Amino acid sequence: MVSKRILLALGFVLVLALAVAGCAAPVAAPSGGEAAPAGGEAAAPGAGGKLEVFSWWTSGGEAAALQALFDAYSAQYPDVEIVNATVAGGGGSAARGVLQTRLAGGDVPDTWQVHPGFELLGQYVDPGYVASVTDLYEAEGWNDVVPEALRTLMTKDGEIYQVTVGVHRGNGFWYNKQLLADNGIEVGDTLSVDEFVAIADQLQAAGVTPLCVGDSGIWATAQLFENTLLGTIGPEAYLGLWDGSVPFDDPGVKQAMETYGKMLDYQNEDHSALSWDQAVKKLMEGGCAFNSMGDWAYGEFVNAGLTDNEEFGWVSHPGTAGSFMIVADGFPIGNGSANPDNARNWLKVIGSKEAQEAFNPLKGSICARTDCDRAKFGVYHNWSMDSFANDALVPSVVHGSAAPADFQQGLNDAVTVFVVDKNVDAFANALVAAAQSSGFGQ
Amino acid sequence: MTASTDSAALRARPGDRRRWHLSEQAQTILLLLPSILALAVFIYVFISFTFWVSLSNWRTLKIDLSLREPLFATYVEMFNMVRWQADLRNTFVFTIFFIAFAVTLGLTLAILLDRHLAGHSVFRNIFLFPYALSFVVTGVVWRWIFNPETGLNLLFEVLGINYLLAQAGMPPLKPGWITDPTVVAQVNGVLAMVLPGVDSWQVKWGIPLAMIPVAIAATWQLSGFVMALYVGGMATISDEVREAARIDGASEFQVYRKVIIPMLRPVTISVVVILLHVSLKIFDLVYTMAGVGPGFATDVPAIFVFEQMFKATRYNLGSAAAIIMLVLVALVIVPYLASTLREDT
Repeated sequence: MVSKRILLALGFVLVLALAVAGCAAPVAAPSGGEAAPAGGEAAAPGAGGKLEVFSWWTSGGEAAALQALFDAYSAQYPDVEIVNATVAGGGGSAARGVLQTRLAGGDVPDTWQVHPGFELLGQYVDPGYVASVTDLYEAEGWNDVVPEALRTLMTKDGEIYQVTVGVHRGNGFWYNKQLLADNGIEVGDTLSVDEFVAIADQLQAAGVTPLCVGDSGIWATAQLFENTLLGTIGPEAYLGLWDGSVPFDDPGVKQAMETYGKMLDYQNEDHSALSWDQAVKKLMEGGCAFNSMGDWAYGEFVNAGLTDNEEFGWVSHPGTAGSFMIVADGFPIGNGSANPDNARNWLKVIGSKEAQEAFNPLKGSICARTDCDRAKFGVYHNWSMDSFANDALVPSVVHGSAAPADFQQGLNDAVTVFVVDKNVDAFANALVAAAQSSGFGQ
Repeated sequence: MTASTDSAALRARPGDRRRWHLSEQAQTILLLLPSILALAVFIYVFISFTFWVSLSNWRTLKIDLSLREPLFATYVEMFNMVRWQADLRNTFVFTIFFIAFAVTLGLTLAILLDRHLAGHSVFRNIFLFPYALSFVVTGVVWRWIFNPETGLNLLFEVLGINYLLAQAGMPPLKPGWITDPTVVAQVNGVLAMVLPGVDSWQVKWGIPLAMIPVAIAATWQLSGFVMALYVGGMATISDEVREAARIDGASEFQVYRKVIIPMLRPVTISVVVILLHVSLKIFDLVYTMAGVGPGFATDVPAIFVFEQMFKATRYNLGSAAAIIMLVLVALVIVPYLASTLREDT
């Protein structure tokens, strides 16, 4: 009898506990985001409390670069505790899921890593997750040093929403200098599509694989297409694709698809088994001559101990000389986050010349402002800085800047099919449909 | 207790020590209530929510639960996508190969162990061991094995097979394995005759060759588990049955073919149902081993859900795919549960 009574009592307690938990949870969840500022954590502006920085910079060079930003911040605001909320995972694929959940649940980080363009404006500005920083640009004089084309990618209805800390150049074309020399080939300052095709044919005849691709992550070959597209139709028409003035079944686009299909004929057989960095490694080992990749590939060459312009060289992706494919990272201020003042100071610091000069050499990118000290950067990055200052700046779709995330996925899917069937019309139709369904540029 | 109004009823039977007792049935319900509530909320409410999302306009980070017009537009859109069509084909092909391989291998191992070979407990553990690994580990290892440049193909080189082929003037044996986009045994034409609407499908219906290595890896992981179930089943078959069969003149092969395997039918059904729902929901093994594959040769619905939800932020499309997956699994599980329920009562 007694044991039965205990059991019954336990049952009641369990029901009660569940009921309490059930009632409490919905009340507690929203208060997490709003109650925090009242909790005394954000006292006087920048005089203490915490700063939560959400990013996916976890690998060696990236983490060191992020630490350089933290150091610059702590030097000015020593009383603020920095919470480094990184989520590991290539290109932020895992981190974005976490961020989406947090934003949807009202638990907004103070600031987080973001790409300018559609990722910022479509995903975060439209739903109201970030606050404007226009006044910060005016107060700090950034409008004079940040190129207008880059600011446009961060602006909506006259308000600017992000501070960009570093810029990668997406349209790099890297080559194994020794391998080319062995075959009597020298690459000049620029390379046209026709010149590349001639070189590739010559290499293929000599039994050398002309192009290395590592598209086990499909974005790598999508980027090859994106660069080829830019190289074929030029920066003006390329920009037109994203505002709707140039359709995806335009003859120029189809010609770019033909060229892309031709380039695929030059690629290594095991491309779909390799990741992008394994493809770069294959190039270094002489397994192929060229690789189309953003300048994060430069870090791979440097880490392998190779020398600029001796063992490896670079040029703009065929036809893209005069254009700079922007792959940039920056930070916004979370709207309704716990420590908005600290976040504001964070943006002030990372927008500064000093912090960017500390950050970018470690990250392997260049400053998002045109007045950085060139002596702090190597040969390649000086070349890239010239391009950034003088060339047409265009956004990358593969890296989230040019179009919404669902179009980006649509492009990846269309490329996945095209790599096998090489059907230009189907490819063009798929992109037209993806743009329509995504609803941009209309 | 004296002044309480609640105690009025209790006082009606003064001195009864069982006055605190509810009926047995009420107790059962009360004790089950927490888990029933938890199940209702965390499973059925969320399934309903997912279904609602699949009908909604929610396709950016911003939540939008308004219904999309016309009502099942997202489903129509999905079934018109080459990728989803390929996913359905791949799941179908993977399921058939995986279950055929795993059941055959698992049963064979179980029969070998049943023969009381020396050290059979050691072998049993060796065969069961892969089951203890996570799918991610299996995926990464088999990705290396089936890499066309470094894996199994090197073995062909080392064993001299390619040398012999070259001597005979034949091309070297160098399959692309998981990188091979070829679809063999295409049946689009046949399907179009049987099913209306198939002729408008863009995907090639057939066997994507890249899916077979994936099925082999999954078999490696799960055949030990299948074996364990069969070994358990065989242990319940008494020796008298075998003796009787032998006395009747059955050969050893016939004992298994005509007696043991038919008696294992309930085990086989359980095995097939378990493997079916594993194969319909498989994600991590395929994702780490082959990804979506060239031309979606190795893409599966779970990867589709993941990418549409978290990469493309197309919550309605991802939810629609999740609902179809649920329906597919339910088609397998519900009849099974219904039949076991019937046996129980």
